[in-house]
Amino acid sequence: MITKEDVEYVAGLARLELTEEEKEEFAKTLGDILEYVQRLEDVDTGSVQTTAHILPLINVYREDEVEPSVDRERILANAPDTLNGCFRVPRVI
Amino acid sequence: MNYETVIGLEIHAELATKTKIFCGCTTSFGGGENTQCCPVCLGHPGTLPVLNKKVVEYAVKAGLATNCSINGFSKLDRKNYFYPDLPKAYQISQFDRPVCEEGYLEIKGGFGSKRIGITRIHIEEDAGKLLHETEDGSTLVDYNRGGVPLIEIVSEPDMRSAEEARLYAEKIKTILEYTGVSDCRMQEGSLRFDVNLSVRPKGSEKLGTRTEIKNLNSFRALVNAIENESERQIKVLESGGEVVQETRKWDDITSKNTSLRSKEEAHDYRYFPEPDLVPVVLDKEYIERIRKDLPELPDIRSKRYVEKWGLPEYDAGVITASQSMAVFFEDCVNAYDGDPKTVSNWVMGELMRLLNEKGAGAEHISFPAVYLADLLKLVDDGTVSGSAAKKVFAEMFETGEQPKILVERLGLSQISDEEALTRIISQVMEKNPQSVEDYRRGIKKAMGFLVGQTMKETKGKANPALVNKILKKLL
Repeated sequence: MITKEDVEYVAGLARLELTEEEKEEFAKTLGDILEYVQRLEDVDTGSVQTTAHILPLINVYREDEVEPSVDRERILANAPDTLNGCFRVPRVI
Repeated sequence: MNYETVIGLEIHAELATKTKIFCGCTTSFGGGENTQCCPVCLGHPGTLPVLNKKVVEYAVKAGLATNCSINGFSKLDRKNYFYPDLPKAYQISQFDRPVCEEGYLEIKGGFGSKRIGITRIHIEEDAGKLLHETEDGSTLVDYNRGGVPLIEIVSEPDMRSAEEARLYAEKIKTILEYTGVSDCRMQEGSLRFDVNLSVRPKGSEKLGTRTEIKNLNSFRALVNAIENESERQIKVLESGGEVVQETRKWDDITSKNTSLRSKEEAHDYRYFPEPDLVPVVLDKEYIERIRKDLPELPDIRSKRYVEKWGLPEYDAGVITASQSMAVFFEDCVNAYDGDPKTVSNWVMGELMRLLNEKGAGAEHISFPAVYLADLLKLVDDGTVSGSAAKKVFAEMFETGEQPKILVERLGLSQISDEEALTRIISQVMEKNPQSVEDYRRGIKKAMGFLVGQTMKETKGKANPALVNKILKKLL
């Protein structure tokens, strides 16, 4: 069960502003999703190894070798606002 | 009431890799803003991070050097929060399976010896740098530091004073330098401390409410912040109040710490396994190979100086605190045939004094260790006096020249030629018949005057022991 308060809390963390209707709607749909996933709990996983990843891969590394970075002009071209070679954002403490 | 301060430290160290943790951008310090970035460290959609092999190796090294056990299975996780220094809106870190766990270090001080527990060491990426000095009050972001690899070393709440915390932090720095895991350049922010601190009535077992002080980047700031926060919490309790669990910020300039955010606003980081990175599995063979490659660590080195060279424990501790200093000291002892304690006296006296005046470390010594050995030999064979040797040393420290050349250039070589000295002393006695007579009548201090006159005559270059010997003979 997902309550409206749960939705408000998660929306707060994600910096989302929701209308009252949306909160009601997401409480229901999020609840449905969780309920669906919960069905996994009925499956017998006694013989399945615990994993943190879906791919059967381990230790994928790169060597510690420098590669060229991207030109600052190109980097900053994607920014909504820049100043003195930096990204500019609203004030934070 | 008597209070006890309980301290735990989280230490962030930037690793000495050439490249960032998940991309090939350089980690070199001081580049122009945003010139060391790419789509991976800027978190552009569709890019994939790939773990730097060296990061794992350094983390394992740090763990083995601090008596940790290394997790055979380790993974990376996302720590989610919004802040402009974090372009992806999450930091790739480690949550429940860090590379290292359950280690410890020994610290030594006026209180004796004490073991400080290390809870864990995990790897993570550093955040970018925020600049606040714009005219309109907006914030500028430089992401060069974003994605630079870090280890975070989390201690147990085992420290009870600012001194213990400082000793522990210094020990960590020494070990990271010895193992080459981090260059620990504090002025560049390579080593940063977060303090967790609470106070409780002495004798109480229960921990008080703790606060966290973030981002201290010098030992002085660490000590000041601990003393200041400890006093603040005691005052709150004494006045009948309650300590609020919160994050506080230390200001180096005002020496005050202020509230940054309380626990109610604290983040819920919603950690989950990083789907873009596969697990890190370390087998015994890999771990043992790294263990074998570890250098001799400070404690063991210090013990060797005491046992093999008869150095006082204090000297051994001071010299081994810096690996460069220890290497310099050892090279000098090996080049010099005399007592290692003589070398230690010079290293801990003149050398450290001059380095401190310059604010430099042992890696900046401008002359090879063998030159100090040469100088000590010149003292031993009477070529220069002890006080002249100090002058030679100061000059050598500045110019990096050989002591023999300097002795000559500065005209400091001692007159140890018995014949020449006898001639000079005879002249001195002729000029001072009254003193000669005084001495012969039993006024022994007249001798000191004659020695002084001889030294003056030779501009301080006469070998004092020889002067005494000749004078006694002639008188």
